[in-house]
Amino acid sequence: MIEIKNLSKFFSTENGDFAAINGINLTIEDGDIFGIIGMSGAGKSTLIRCINLLEKPSEGQILIDGQDITALEGRELLTLRRKIGMVFQRFNLLMQRTIRDNVAFPLEIAGVEKKSRLERVDELLEIVGLTSKAGSYPVQLSGGQQQRVSIARALANHPSLLLCDEPTSALDSLTTNSILKLLKDINHKLGVTIIIITHEIAVVEKICNKVAIIDESRIIEQGLVKDVISNPQQDVTRKLLERGELA
Amino acid sequence: MSEFFAQYGDLLIKNTWVTIYVTTLSTFFSYVFGVPLGVLLVITQPHGIWAHKTLNSVLGWIVNIGRSIPFIILMVALMPLTRLVMGIAIGPNAAILPLVIAATPFVARLVESSLQEVDAGVIEVAQSTGSTIGQIVWKVILPESLPSMVLGASITFITLLGYMAMAGAIGAGGLGDVAIRYGYYKYQTDIMIATIIILIILVAVIQLLGNGISRKIDRRIKK
Ligand SMILES: Nc1ncnc2c1ncn2[C@@H]1O[C@H](COP(=O)(O)OP(=O)(O)O)[C@@H](O)[C@H]1O
Ligand SMILES: [Mg+2]
Repeated sequence: MIEIKNLSKFFSTENGDFAAINGINLTIEDGDIFGIIGMSGAGKSTLIRCINLLEKPSEGQILIDGQDITALEGRELLTLRRKIGMVFQRFNLLMQRTIRDNVAFPLEIAGVEKKSRLERVDELLEIVGLTSKAGSYPVQLSGGQQQRVSIARALANHPSLLLCDEPTSALDSLTTNSILKLLKDINHKLGVTIIIITHEIAVVEKICNKVAIIDESRIIEQGLVKDVISNPQQDVTRKLLERGELA
Repeated sequence: MSEFFAQYGDLLIKNTWVTIYVTTLSTFFSYVFGVPLGVLLVITQPHGIWAHKTLNSVLGWIVNIGRSIPFIILMVALMPLTRLVMGIAIGPNAAILPLVIAATPFVARLVESSLQEVDAGVIEVAQSTGSTIGQIVWKVILPESLPSMVLGASITFITLLGYMAMAGAIGAGGLGDVAIRYGYYKYQTDIMIATIIILIILVAVIQLLGNGISRKIDRRIKK
């Protein structure tokens, strides 16, 4: 379980401090596919990046299974990050490595020995359906395939949590559906908790069980997807449901 | 023609080798020192993975000072040090020290700009994976920028070829020495032209090699 308590992140700008996220409270249960939806600049990336401390929160706590992670440093921080997978909008594959070696990357970082590494990579490529591309390079793959590789990479060290920052925003709708289906499968079969950021309500409707709407650095509404959709409380949420996205 | 080669062929070949030998070794050692310096310049910059303001400015200053001293002056100024380190102040081997000192800051800047081409997103992936700074440098930044660094190495070699010709004028030997001694002092235009042609060929070959190897190892190019 992940409990985010009163989380804020301030960036200093010329006009003083700016709160990219402000007093966020969220609880994500094990096994959730938790959607966070909001427009560009709302603070979505900042929020998700706080969870693996790519961004250091200014205030508040993040409890993972009861342990506050916000103060972690050095070795402990690296260990935490190795247990949390992350998927990005732009795939971010290592262009000079084969697909196999891209997926093996987190295993190398964690010091897994070569033989187990190769076995694990085979399993992962099987899960994402790219076994035949093991020896190819990223440039030879489509966007959807590259995103599958990045998902395999994020799963390498058996994380219990997967953070996805707009994983389908660079993909066409057909590919989006196949990536969402893959994420859903991963959640079901491997029991991985997923936090997924998006600006499209369709993404939330397709795979999330819970959703939080973030607007101007604050969570304005949250709950089970079915409740929020059938009975939205806020104007922003109603607008979102009408238009389908918050661009 | 054949008469010219019979008379000067050995001289030209021998000194071509001297030039290639000194330039190659100098390029090699300037990378031994220049790559770590370039890496430090990149990782210590304000949003770098090991941001360190003071160290970054100090290194930046050292590199800038190094780059602003004309080579020929640096070489003369370094003669006492060269004698101390290499045991001799002039000659091909002695030229290596000033060449390396002159090229290292140049290499550091080239390496710096190659490393900066690495996408911030992949560095972020490495961080989110729990990589140490050393792992990010070894497994991400350096391998991802290798094709660009190979191009840089050919530029460095060509630059050092030019420096070596200058060094020849003050006793380092090689093609520069031949050009000055025969072409300039003895008015032997044919030798002057021969050295120029050899240098042009050397530059062209290195350029082709650099481009070729860089393209060959760059996996971003569809083959
Ligand atoms: N490192 C930073 N420094 C200053 N401002 C930032 C920084 N990162 C994000 N911001 C600002 O915080 C706000 C939220 O950004 P972000 O979390 O990336 O939004 P989203 O992902 O929802 O589009 C934006 O206004 C952005 O400009
Ligand atoms: Mg974002």
